[in-house]
Amino acid sequence: MRVLNKQEAISRRGFLTGAGGMALITASGAVLSPSQGWAVEVKALKPETMATLIQMARDIYPHDRLADKFYAKAVKTHDETAAKDSAHKQLIEDGVAYIDSRTEVRHKVAGYRALGWEADRAAMLRLIEDQAFFQALRGGLVVGLYNQKEIWPMFGYEGASADQGGYIERGFDDLDWV
Amino acid sequence: MAAPYELSDDSVVVVIGSGAGGGTLGNELAQKGIDTVILEAGGRHEFTDFINDEWGSFGQLAWLDNRTTSGDWRVSRDFPNLPAWIVKAVGGSTTHWAGASLRFQEHELRVLSEYGAVEGANLLDWPITLADLEPYYDKAEKKMRVTRTHDLPGLPGNNNYKIMEAGAKKLGYKEVHTGRMAINSVDDDRPMCQQSGFCFQGCKFSAKWSTLYTEIPEGEETGKLEVRANAHVLKIEHDDSGKVSGVVYADKDGNQHRQAARAVCVAGNSIESPRMLLNSASSQFPDGLANSSGQVGKNYMRHMTGSVYAVFDKPVNFYRGTTMAGIISDEARNNPKRGFVGGYEMETLALGLPFMAAFLNPGAWGREFTAALDMYDHMAGMWIVGEDMPQESNAISLHDELKDAHGMPIPNVHFTDHPNDVAMRNHAYGQGSAVYDAVGATATYPTPPYPSTHNLGTNRMSAKPEDGVVNKFGQTHDIANLFISDGSQFTTGAAENPTLTIVTLAIRQADYIAEQMSQGAI
Repeated sequence: MRVLNKQEAISRRGFLTGAGGMALITASGAVLSPSQGWAVEVKALKPETMATLIQMARDIYPHDRLADKFYAKAVKTHDETAAKDSAHKQLIEDGVAYIDSRTEVRHKVAGYRALGWEADRAAMLRLIEDQAFFQALRGGLVVGLYNQKEIWPMFGYEGASADQGGYIERGFDDLDWV
Repeated sequence: MAAPYELSDDSVVVVIGSGAGGGTLGNELAQKGIDTVILEAGGRHEFTDFINDEWGSFGQLAWLDNRTTSGDWRVSRDFPNLPAWIVKAVGGSTTHWAGASLRFQEHELRVLSEYGAVEGANLLDWPITLADLEPYYDKAEKKMRVTRTHDLPGLPGNNNYKIMEAGAKKLGYKEVHTGRMAINSVDDDRPMCQQSGFCFQGCKFSAKWSTLYTEIPEGEETGKLEVRANAHVLKIEHDDSGKVSGVVYADKDGNQHRQAARAVCVAGNSIESPRMLLNSASSQFPDGLANSSGQVGKNYMRHMTGSVYAVFDKPVNFYRGTTMAGIISDEARNNPKRGFVGGYEMETLALGLPFMAAFLNPGAWGREFTAALDMYDHMAGMWIVGEDMPQESNAISLHDELKDAHGMPIPNVHFTDHPNDVAMRNHAYGQGSAVYDAVGATATYPTPPYPSTHNLGTNRMSAKPEDGVVNKFGQTHDIANLFISDGSQFTTGAAENPTLTIVTLAIRQADYIAEQMSQGAI
């Protein structure tokens, strides 16, 4: 069978390093990861808020082979929307502030990002999953994350095929194990 | 080439919609020398313009005008403004369809007699029999070049099919093959299937039958057919005698025009078609056109559907090749011992990663959900499609407040499963999972119905005028020169994908319209 080479993506992550890969927040208002080589400029939201959104995005759709930069790209739209729409800015800032305070009360740590285990963070998100803030975040990720062509090969999806003549000569029936 | 007709030309037959029903009817009328204008709400995108990208194509082709939903169906919760996944473009949903072309079974045209009365279901026998349709099924299959009919070979099975076939045979299923598909299995003036895997996004090779590059250009070549794209019909007008006389539509700039008509054939799919009739209410027809029965918009059916996706320990790459690459028909018979009437088909299905994320379990999140997606390339999948029960309360109605850009009330789509639908779906989930378990699935996912692709029944055919909207030729009981030419005329849904039967009815209707015109009856 012709299978996709996911190794390239995986080996790149070898030095991009694993879950956490803690994002830094700069004084100039950016969220960046020196180890993973990406940065997000933040215009309207607090940089801390953006860092929390990135963590929440990973906790909502955790794929361990995806680097943080893909989650950062997926939630960056909320900053762009917030810059034009004060109601959206308030929705996001209030949502993050609320979950930070709930986390502090329940777990005695300094907010959502300080909570060490994904299962504990996900449990905090379950508390708000019917709220507009969570719905906006999760709903945006369905397209914002999974429609990034760069991640498709890591799932073994090849995307467009017509420009390569379809799969008639490229393995549409090459399954040999059943 | 395409004949431009004057707006004031009241000798033309106006067909609203250019999909399986309207596109076919328009060509059939033109071939008979009848002057025909097709008004298509969407734009014209030739097959070379199609986009091999799920969301990109969705933006290009899908009907995205605002609609609302109500009822217990999960689509109303997950996709409240997207009740249906259908197309607004020349070619209609024949650009998007998967190509499965199955004839109805004999008993499916007389289900009230076959099943008996079912509580809560508005069952009715069709006023036509399979024998009435068979000569027209022949014509439709030849026109569409349906595989495994008329000596055409079947398509080769892809990886997704290989898994389903192996599992089906282990379960003892007998009717398992790569389907009767309106997708070329040999080269002719269109190429054979190149297994590109984007059937739903419009076939960039034109291997799959669509009215866009078959019926419509054939009709245009006669000089008797004009296809007016970006012509969104708002209402149908009538004269003092109660005959329809013209159609008001908005062009792409929102300017309104009136096309005069000798007859009007409505083929806007089962949401827009009743909406147009309801929006055309007048002092003479206060409940909408052709609605003396009160059945316009009622009995909305969407087929009992769902999907089963399965994960294996080895790769499948099911996105490669024909989207609907094979079928199991053993469960399509009526066998009430299973706990429900009617039957269902199992047909392979694959989605790309973006749509799998959107439709596998809408609203779900967390590691349970992503664990499934992480095995995307190890997945096989099938769609289950069966007969659902017509219910009068499942209906298209006009929204009380919301209006579209042209000031017309938007449609609301109300749907709740009948208990028979639920029982059938649960059975199908079980059998679909068993197919995959038989060949070593490590996980199976019973996936809820997508926004409707098979929209049926909202202007149904009936022997008696009080039971439905149209007679056995799709002619409205109330208005002789007003016809319904799409799946909204279905009395009941049957287990089979509807397009072949819509095309069959359109060919038959064209003969009838020509006869009525030559007799001066319309």
